[in-house]
Amino acid sequence: MSRDVTVGVLALQGDFAEHADALRAQGVATRFVRRPRDLEGLSGLVLPGGESSTMLKLLDIQELEAPLIAFLRSGKPVLATCAGLILCAKKVVAPEQRSYAVLDVEVARNGWGRQIASGTFALRTDARSGLPNPLSGVFIRAPRILAVGDACKVLATRDGEPVLVRQGNVLGASFHPELESGHPVTRMFVEMVGATEAKRVVVL
Amino acid sequence: MRKSIITVPGFTPEEVRSKIGFCEQLKGGVIMDVVDAEQARIAEEAGAVAVMALERVPSDIRRDGGVARMSDPALIKAIQAAVSIPVMAKVRIGHFVEAQILEALEVDCVDESEVLTPADEEFHVEKRGFKTPFVCGCRDLGEALRRIHEGAAMIRTKGEAGTGNVVEAVRHMRALKSGILALRGLDERALAKKATEYRVPVELVAWVAEAQRLPVPNFSAGGIATPADAALMMQLGAEAVFVGSGIFKSSDPASRARAIVKAVANFEDPKALAEASTGLGVPMSGLDVRTMPEAEKFAPRGW
Repeated sequence: MSRDVTVGVLALQGDFAEHADALRAQGVATRFVRRPRDLEGLSGLVLPGGESSTMLKLLDIQELEAPLIAFLRSGKPVLATCAGLILCAKKVVAPEQRSYAVLDVEVARNGWGRQIASGTFALRTDARSGLPNPLSGVFIRAPRILAVGDACKVLATRDGEPVLVRQGNVLGASFHPELESGHPVTRMFVEMVGATEAKRVVVL
Repeated sequence: MRKSIITVPGFTPEEVRSKIGFCEQLKGGVIMDVVDAEQARIAEEAGAVAVMALERVPSDIRRDGGVARMSDPALIKAIQAAVSIPVMAKVRIGHFVEAQILEALEVDCVDESEVLTPADEEFHVEKRGFKTPFVCGCRDLGEALRRIHEGAAMIRTKGEAGTGNVVEAVRHMRALKSGILALRGLDERALAKKATEYRVPVELVAWVAEAQRLPVPNFSAGGIATPADAALMMQLGAEAVFVGSGIFKSSDPASRARAIVKAVANFEDPKALAEASTGLGVPMSGLDVRTMPEAEKFAPRGW
């Protein structure tokens, strides 16, 4: 990928370092996003795992919420995992909390159970997604997708339930692709970034 | 490039992903001691990344004396019901049955803690047998590696809990860091000698020598009472902080909790730290660790 392409990783709290490692393993330059100015010039953004309630507080404290929402709606590729998926959902329950509605899904926080229920599960992927089948997914106190709107495409399921969805250029996972060796979902996201950049260059 | 955690000596790939992976999610956060559901809600509302459920905060354990044990399950359940963030709880060093009970209660993480009265003077809990991740305290690299070898998925420097005095946390973090730095560039024989000294497999020492960090998240605890204390530990290399007595023994817990959350997120920004430190009321009163009798210290518990 060309050298001026930089992907941001929201780094207020959570496993942002592991996401940055996974992106760098794909040859992508990364930048940690902690303040509004860190979003400038990014070609894509990762919202990592962590605690979504803590991230909401910190987005407020850092005055980062409005610029983040603008980025999420800009059409640039976004990879939102675990807590990130919760932030991007249209509706959040257990408990209800605010979210940014760039993915037409309803999610229940910790819907797959407490930490004792965490583990690695075999996921069935959509044949056209280009992802391996089965795909291995690490679930950690993971959010459960309760409902998916028409605008949202399901790319992977666990026991028939959606766990990886895409709407436009926003990719949302209940699990942690950054903790899996080989990072197939991260690679897919990097391809989205590459395709979006190529289009942008043509338009220019 | 930063060494990946995908393989850690002594951990199965599944343990790396689900146990260490869980602890990775807490990085950049503040874990707060709470003694009831009301405090747990205040902590969550302030932006805590997790709460530690216990009957008495360390400063009260220190004051009351006697044997300090695992909390009543009723208290832990009430706190689990009150919040959506992870709930941790403490067991006595070596008390594997208390750990079995906490796992049965589905706490998200077990702290094998020197703050409680040790139950075994020879063995820590064999943590590999548990599905629940464990956090353990350390004063230096050898102690950290022994705990990781037993299966701890997170390390915290011990500090001296319940004192409101950060000096011991600083001492332990500096000792840990210099221990890691001292491994740099050692040849095989020197690494083997270190492994013997630390009483752990050489593979674990070699991993740390190469990566120049611990293979599990490295948090800080013990005596953190102010936003500046929290940022100090972060600047010294902690990836998150535990605050025990410091919040709910201060005059305005909610404001102090929010301020410490803000300080950890902005630990390298002095202006933000100045804002976070302003107008918080009275911090918990502190204790001078130097004048404290050795028998009253928590940190030397464990080995």
